[in-house]
Amino acid sequence: MITLPSVLLLSGILFSLSVAGIFLNRKNVIILLMCIELMLLAVNFNFIAFARQLGDIDGQVFVFFILTVAAAESAIGLAILVVLFRERRSINVSELDSMKG
Amino acid sequence: MQQTLLIIVLAPLFAAIIAGLAGRVIGRAGAHTVTIAGVALSCGLSLYVLKQILVDGIPVYNHALYTWLISDGIRMEVGFLIDQLSALMMCVVTFVSLCVHVYTIGYMKDDPGYQRFFAYISLFTFSMLMLVMSNNFLQLFFGWEAVGLVSYLLIGFWFTRPSAIFANMKAFLVNRVGDFGFVLGIAGVVYLTNSLDYVTVFEQANSIAAKTFEIIPGAQWEAITVICICLFIGAMGKSAQVPLHVWLPDSMEGPTPISALIHAATMVTAGIFMVARMSPLFELSETALSFVLVIGATTAFFMGLLGLVNNDIKRVVAYSTLSQLGYMTVALGASAYGAAIFHLMTHAFFKALLFLAAGSVIMAMHHEQDMRKMGGLKKYLPITYWTSLIGSLALIGFPGFSGFFSKDALIEAVHASTTWGHTYAYWCVLLGVFVTAFYSFRLVFMTFHGPERFSTDAHEAKAAGHDEHAHDSHGHDAHGHDAHADDHAHDDHDHGDHGGPPHESPWVVTLPLILLAIPSIFIGWFTIGPVLFGGYFGDAIYVTEHHDVLAEIAHEFHGPAEFVLHGFLGAPLYLAFAGVALSWFLYIKRPDLPPVIADKFSAIYKVLANKFYFDEFNQKVFAGGSRALGSLLWHIGDEKVIDGLLVNGSARLVGWFSGKVRQVQTGYLYTYAFTMIIGLAVFLLWFVLAR
Repeated sequence: MITLPSVLLLSGILFSLSVAGIFLNRKNVIILLMCIELMLLAVNFNFIAFARQLGDIDGQVFVFFILTVAAAESAIGLAILVVLFRERRSINVSELDSMKG
Repeated sequence: MQQTLLIIVLAPLFAAIIAGLAGRVIGRAGAHTVTIAGVALSCGLSLYVLKQILVDGIPVYNHALYTWLISDGIRMEVGFLIDQLSALMMCVVTFVSLCVHVYTIGYMKDDPGYQRFFAYISLFTFSMLMLVMSNNFLQLFFGWEAVGLVSYLLIGFWFTRPSAIFANMKAFLVNRVGDFGFVLGIAGVVYLTNSLDYVTVFEQANSIAAKTFEIIPGAQWEAITVICICLFIGAMGKSAQVPLHVWLPDSMEGPTPISALIHAATMVTAGIFMVARMSPLFELSETALSFVLVIGATTAFFMGLLGLVNNDIKRVVAYSTLSQLGYMTVALGASAYGAAIFHLMTHAFFKALLFLAAGSVIMAMHHEQDMRKMGGLKKYLPITYWTSLIGSLALIGFPGFSGFFSKDALIEAVHASTTWGHTYAYWCVLLGVFVTAFYSFRLVFMTFHGPERFSTDAHEAKAAGHDEHAHDSHGHDAHGHDAHADDHAHDDHDHGDHGGPPHESPWVVTLPLILLAIPSIFIGWFTIGPVLFGGYFGDAIYVTEHHDVLAEIAHEFHGPAEFVLHGFLGAPLYLAFAGVALSWFLYIKRPDLPPVIADKFSAIYKVLANKFYFDEFNQKVFAGGSRALGSLLWHIGDEKVIDGLLVNGSARLVGWFSGKVRQVQTGYLYTYAFTMIIGLAVFLLWFVLAR
């Protein structure tokens, strides 16, 4: 029997990992996108865990929506990435500072 | 009565407006006709009013004609108080003004500002009448400021001369200092009595005397003393008492007729008149009277000394005016108000006469004012000579002349006074007699007697005069020098057409001289009895019993003839004769001596030639000090604080702050993400904890 706390713990670990990934990563924008995906998955875990725990199907329906949106978002993100690379010949995060004040 | 008074005041005003605004339309003849008619009308009516008061014995007229506004119970009104004092002043003012008006026709005949000049002197007559006829402090102050304004306009009448502009600015600023004291005095009166009306204030004089001011914490000052001294500071400015006298000699930059009208006969006497009018207040403060006495005595003696070394004919007369104003002030301080007003009246006639005579000489000399360039004019200018001799004799107090009566009575009164400082004042006025006689006859001898030191070729004389003018230091300040070049250029332009020997002035000039010479001789004889000792002033002037020096000397007065005889027993007469004799010796018999003496006592001569360094002191300390203060405020206050700190400072502060805030925008994605997440976490935490 998988208990609710262990699932929440897992999703918490995943979420923390993805946050740490965003900060620690200085190299690659793709890793940023992956970390965001991972974050969404961690959230999905929570939805599913609570849906099962409470016997409410709504949470699982929500997960499908999130996955769909995440897929679309990744597609757009990768497309931007391609354009970015064409433009600057680099996807290095520490070089992308044209918004610096 | 009311109509009469209104006409007296308004006739010169309307004349001034017509001559001033419609001067081009009515032309030169129109301008002098209308102003002379206005002043003659008010002169005639003033004499009529005086007659009504003296002969018909009508009661004192004291009515408000117009209420300007009532604020907090204080009525601000235009009103007239006509008693013996103001009636006398009205006659003096309008008569002298009339003479000066007539004289001006001759003196200013070539001047392009002819109509403007007449408008100004008529306006001056109006202002002075408002001042003397007032029944309240506000109107007094109006007249006070109005005569100051006209004086400013007239000193700077030839406004293209830098020296005239300097002089009128100086006169205006020095008068402001005095007026500041005057306003404070009036404010004190209003504060304590809640009224501007003379009669109301004088009724409460005793209650003012009981009060004290605490201006500096811990020091209680008698309210009456503070008020009187403040008012007297106003009088010091207007009547040119030390140390506010500096403007009067410089005011000689104006045309000669106004020197006679304003700076000798009328405006400068406003201070004397005011103190006499305020006698119920001044009588209650021993301290203020002593202050008045000492200031007056200092002016009377030390300003007379300056006349000894000056070579400018008008300035010598100006210093004698200062000295005579000092005499009047001494009389005020000794509580001999009657004597002060009496001397004011006689002085108005003979000093206006002297000035107009000086003007006549200046005209004859083609606007040369240096006495060293004159001499021997007696045979060319007989009328001017005799009238100015009469004026000088009256001034030095020759027995029988008007000045003798007023001055001798004044000196007697000071002698009898017991006010603190009376010994000093007595010696000052006594020695002043000698000084007065010396410089008066120095003027007469240098101008009318001795060898002719002028060249009949006007052009050459002027060129020489011009050159020396620029280098000598006979009383013109550093700033006056280049101005003189301008002076002479101006005169060249006007009078270049008539050269040749000096000739007597036209009748419009000599007629006023004769008209003024008559009272200069006789008025003292006829009026000394009633004015000084006959209780002429009635209730107009109030003297407390133990101050009443005039009553004291009245015991010894048995008619003018005996007063003349009595004069032969006193020191003043012999001092005057000694002064005349000495000046005859030095300037006729041994004209080589004065330069030697000046050389021997060069230190004293230098102090006198530099007018006790008052001008330098004012220039350095007050003018320089306020300029330094101004530039300090400019550099520190404006440039540093306002521009640097407030304007640019606030801009710099915003710039600095945005610079700091801008650093938050790193441009890196992870920073924004981190901020969002931290923010989210904080909000969640807050949300959870707050519930």
